[in-house]
Amino acid sequence: MPARAFPPRPISAGLALCTFLAACSAGPSNSPYPAAERGTNTLYGSFRERPKHLDPAQSYSSNEIIFTAQIYEPPLQYHYLRRPYQLVPLTGVDLPTVRYFAADGTELGEHEPAERVVRSVYAIRLRPGIRYQPHPAFARDEGGRLLYHEMDDTRLAGYRTIADFRGTGSRELVAADYVYQIKRLAHPDVQSPIRGLMAEYVLGLGELAARLSELRDSEPDAFIDLREHELAGVQVTGRHSYQITIHGKYPQFIYWLAMPFFAPVPWEADRFYAQPGMAQRNLTLDWFPVGTGPYMLVENNPNYRMTLRRNPNFRGEPYPDAGEPGDGESGLLADAGKRMPFIDSAVYSLEKEDIPYWSKFLQGYYDTSGVSSDSFDQAVTIGGRGEVALSEALVAQGIRLQTAIAPTIFYLGFNMLDPVVGGYSARARKLRQALAIAIDYEEFVSIFLNGRGIAAHGPLPPGIFGYRDGMDGINPFAYEWRDGRAQRHSIDHARRLLAEAGIENGRDRVSGEPLVLNLDITASGPQDKARLDWFRKQFRKLDIELLVRNTDYNRFQDKMRNGNAQIFFWGWNADYPDPENFLFLLYGPNGKVAHGGENAANYSSAEFDRLFDRMKSMANGAERQALIDAMLELVREDAPWVWGFHPTQFTLLHSWYGNAKPNQMANNTLKFHRIDPLLRERRRMAWNEPRAWPFFVVLGLLIVLAAPALVLYLRRERADAFGSRAA
Amino acid sequence: MSAYLLRRLLFAAPILVGVNLITFALFFLVSGPDDMARVHLGVKHVTPEAITAWKRARGYDRPLFYDPAQPEIGQSFSRTVFFDKSLKLFVFEFGRSDSGRDIGSDIAQRMWPSLAIAVPVFALGLLANITFAMLIAFFRASYLDIGAVVACIVLMSISPLFYIIGGQYLFGKVLHLVPISGYAPGWSAWSFVVLPVLVGVVSGIGSGTRWYRTIFLEEMHKDYVRTARAKGLSEYRVLFGHVLRNALVPILTGAVVIFPLLFMGSLLLESFFAIPGLGSYTIDAIHSQDFAVVRAMVFLGSVLYIAGLLLTDISYTLVDPRIRLGRVR
Repeated sequence: MPARAFPPRPISAGLALCTFLAACSAGPSNSPYPAAERGTNTLYGSFRERPKHLDPAQSYSSNEIIFTAQIYEPPLQYHYLRRPYQLVPLTGVDLPTVRYFAADGTELGEHEPAERVVRSVYAIRLRPGIRYQPHPAFARDEGGRLLYHEMDDTRLAGYRTIADFRGTGSRELVAADYVYQIKRLAHPDVQSPIRGLMAEYVLGLGELAARLSELRDSEPDAFIDLREHELAGVQVTGRHSYQITIHGKYPQFIYWLAMPFFAPVPWEADRFYAQPGMAQRNLTLDWFPVGTGPYMLVENNPNYRMTLRRNPNFRGEPYPDAGEPGDGESGLLADAGKRMPFIDSAVYSLEKEDIPYWSKFLQGYYDTSGVSSDSFDQAVTIGGRGEVALSEALVAQGIRLQTAIAPTIFYLGFNMLDPVVGGYSARARKLRQALAIAIDYEEFVSIFLNGRGIAAHGPLPPGIFGYRDGMDGINPFAYEWRDGRAQRHSIDHARRLLAEAGIENGRDRVSGEPLVLNLDITASGPQDKARLDWFRKQFRKLDIELLVRNTDYNRFQDKMRNGNAQIFFWGWNADYPDPENFLFLLYGPNGKVAHGGENAANYSSAEFDRLFDRMKSMANGAERQALIDAMLELVREDAPWVWGFHPTQFTLLHSWYGNAKPNQMANNTLKFHRIDPLLRERRRMAWNEPRAWPFFVVLGLLIVLAAPALVLYLRRERADAFGSRAA
Repeated sequence: MSAYLLRRLLFAAPILVGVNLITFALFFLVSGPDDMARVHLGVKHVTPEAITAWKRARGYDRPLFYDPAQPEIGQSFSRTVFFDKSLKLFVFEFGRSDSGRDIGSDIAQRMWPSLAIAVPVFALGLLANITFAMLIAFFRASYLDIGAVVACIVLMSISPLFYIIGGQYLFGKVLHLVPISGYAPGWSAWSFVVLPVLVGVVSGIGSGTRWYRTIFLEEMHKDYVRTARAKGLSEYRVLFGHVLRNALVPILTGAVVIFPLLFMGSLLLESFFAIPGLGSYTIDAIHSQDFAVVRAMVFLGSVLYIAGLLLTDISYTLVDPRIRLGRVR
């Protein structure tokens, strides 16, 4: 019998393969990142949907601003640590100075009533010496001519991405770049979502948009050089200073100066990307931004991965040296005064599903994570008094939990134009108040959000000026203060209100007709059924039948615009931390049906509007608080919304992640954060040691399964035509 | 055969026009350009002017099929949304997506990840299914056969999602052998492709094996098999030398027709394994109401399906000498 090799050939092949795979990966074999990135100072995150726009004039989504906010630098930013939220200069020397003028041109004082102010002038001074990231748009040849500004489709052959351009250059940031970008808001080829809004404020922006649109009609393919077009309200006043003139008094305008809409765009970049053949190669400002920020986008493949890398020309901004009380104790001031950014690069991978994301976070391949409903029980435990704590398994991994109430409200709105639930009669008001009592949002948050939220008592979320906590902040028409906490009025109380509204046992007392209400909603997933059943149950507490009119998003929008919805579910996320940004959702001239505005309930109260007009241009203080209190009292009584809830954001952080503090307003936070890549590498190795034993189990199983087959095969091969074995 | 192919290609043209028209009509009936603009512009501060500008920039402000305002009759048809957005597809000019990206460039980039998953799943799946089906057919009417059929039914009854999540859990999370999800270009893709391919093959084994077993068993009761056995051929030779060759026509009917469609990717696998292929591209476009991408992908799907049917017909002539493609005499 010939000698046989040991181990048998299939096993040795398997072992060889395992060795090969292990050698190739040179680290945990389940690592989704290249071996070359091991131990590097790189942050790992993800995106669920590919960003649509990275052009600062167009980008307005949360999944886009995580990139644009690190690349572009508007003149202002939010202080990273201080609360309440506070604006501080970013590229500016200081905060803008604001001057107010009357119709006759005389300058007015800061506290002058808004009615007298005809225009406000914001003067902004920039720090000199700020430079753009290296980019081919700035590259020049030896003669000083721009190297890549005479391209066409033929010369662009072979260029697939911005990295294919070998030559790069840079230059200093100047005030003209900010002015150029503000003009871009009016550009016909750039559909800026704030063009309409800003045209109401920035002097001459609407006129510029009309002029540029005409020009585009006459020259469809020509490059529009915005330097040649004047914008009345925006002027360069020096190499590093400019001013913006707006109609009237709009103190909230300063918050817009902290958004990428007002970040600089150099004319060279606009011109570079406008060349023929660029757009066909997806080489556009929308995909390859050019900024002065701490990071630059070096890889943009929104189909699977986007990479930010430290901008070598970044000036090195110091980490804040002061914050809130307690920040020092929690280590948030350990880097005070050190030059940022601390992280060299950030890699964002496409991750569409929650389960793989969560698993990779636990393996250490993502540095932070939210908490989805699927993983909630695994991550968090809720104590008897509702206190939130991390599960033991996560604590053992050194993971930390941060929570923050989002400046967001989700609410159930009543269409005030509807003949049944709308209007301002005592009957309609009591019906809405009764429903506001019956719809138990504490239960909603508990069931559907795992407690991640708080029931709202008005439109203002915590953290926004005007919000009151405790007994002073409750909605007295739906709650009472009992045993040291807000408690809902009883259902009997709601029934009494209904009876006063002429509705008993769910029927109109006069006509005898049952009261049937309609909820318009866009609920498409199977998981929404439970929510809709819950809403029906809330209405049934008052013997009212709720019909759910489920519809697609477009039809829903149509209904809202035309005023055909009766009750609807809606939400709002703050643009900036000012009560005006929430209370304007109930301002009459913002009515959706009459004016196409954001007041989806079409609520209209002359008194509320009067108070709003006074409040919106006021500085925060006791007088403004008193006005807000009066406004809240009004809307709580009129109850155009069932106030719904403010969601709480849960963020999990690995032990190697530092300087993380929830900031619901700032988006340019990457530069503040810090990671310890060596600790991460050690943890990853420990948590992801490959286990090879299953190969042997599978092999054993195959042998067990193959044995009877082999026996049967041999039996059949030896059998004769009659089924008996051959001799 | 060339006449037959030409005839089939000519038949394909009206089918493609019909598909194009139906897609176009469906999209414009369900959501018009105004709706598309609103979806793309977001929910905040959307003004009628912004909607008009969005439509204008993408050519959706033109009439759908006919523009009587144009001076020439040709322009009345060519300066329309249908001509611009749909008819140009016939020369594979896909245009730009509603979010501004070049669709042709995206397809060229995303087809490789799709093929990296779909081709191995197809090839290995076919190999595994045929092999198992042959083995089961070999052990027909035994306990092994019964056990295998039961196992196939069990495998068929499990949701593909279970295979995906189970595979990720077992191989990625518990055993730490492969990444749970993700992708890398070039040869680095292998570690990301192994698990989805394994899941794709295993999830198809139940139904595939049963299907091929039925085909083989039907063949095995034919006269030529009895003759082969009577000649003293081993069961191995009978199965692989005769049965398999004669069963190729039904095998090709099922396999070749889907071969070109592999290009379109797998919606579920790509989504769960974060593979940036064409399957997830289509799904994303549907979710974001990117009509331009959906239109391009539906058109491409129809072209590939027609190509698949044509290839199937041609493949018959290769495996069965009795089949000739040509004029009926």
